Amino acid sequence: MELVLDVVSWGFILAGSGFCLIGGLGLIRLRDMYARKHGASLIDTLGIGLILTGLMVQAGFTLVTAKLFLILVFVFFTSPTTTHALARAALNSGLVPDVDKDSPIKQGAVPSKK
Amino acid sequence: MFITAAAAVLVTMALALFRSLKGPTVFDRILAINSFGTLTVILISVHGFMAGRPEFLDLALVYALINFIGTIAVTKFVTYGALENTTDENEPGDI
Repeated sequence: MELVLDVVSWGFILAGSGFCLIGGLGLIRLRDMYARKHGASLIDTLGIGLILTGLMVQAGFTLVTAKLFLILVFVFFTSPTTTHALARAALNSGLVPDVDKDSPIKQGAVPSKK
Repeated sequence: MFITAAAAVLVTMALALFRSLKGPTVFDRILAINSFGTLTVILISVHGFMAGRPEFLDLALVYALINFIGTIAVTKFVTYGALENTTDENEPGDI
């Protein structure tokens, strides 16, 4: 039984680390700030999610698992909020996303409320 | 097992730091520091498991809270130039 738990948590942690690395790579390689946000949010969601789930499996039904679950719930709600706030701030302050050439945003029609 | 997780997180931290140093716009830097904070949360949790200290998870939780607040504060500061009284006349202030 112990071996099964170890194998499962090992799988979760490896997958989580892989997603973290892919997110980091996306943070570096992607062209535009808005595209890099995908890489960063990959870390925020799957990276932390899978690694902490692996730790939860390792910890079993204890207070430690409750704390890990609380961290996950908190990050689950706040990471979209930060991503949205950042993207909106960038768009409002005139960072034009590098989309196809004939989109209205491209011609500087930035929908800023100021 | 935890060593691999810690190593992967450290490598990703290096990538995030590289992006924050190189990032052309200020928003790339905020983005990189935000994911650096999330990675620190993971690193603290994993290290807590490695060192056999369950109280590290409280640190990780608090770090996640502060990371969120910090990112929102920096974003607001960058866009409005100030943190307080940034609501202009025709927009009702929420607080």
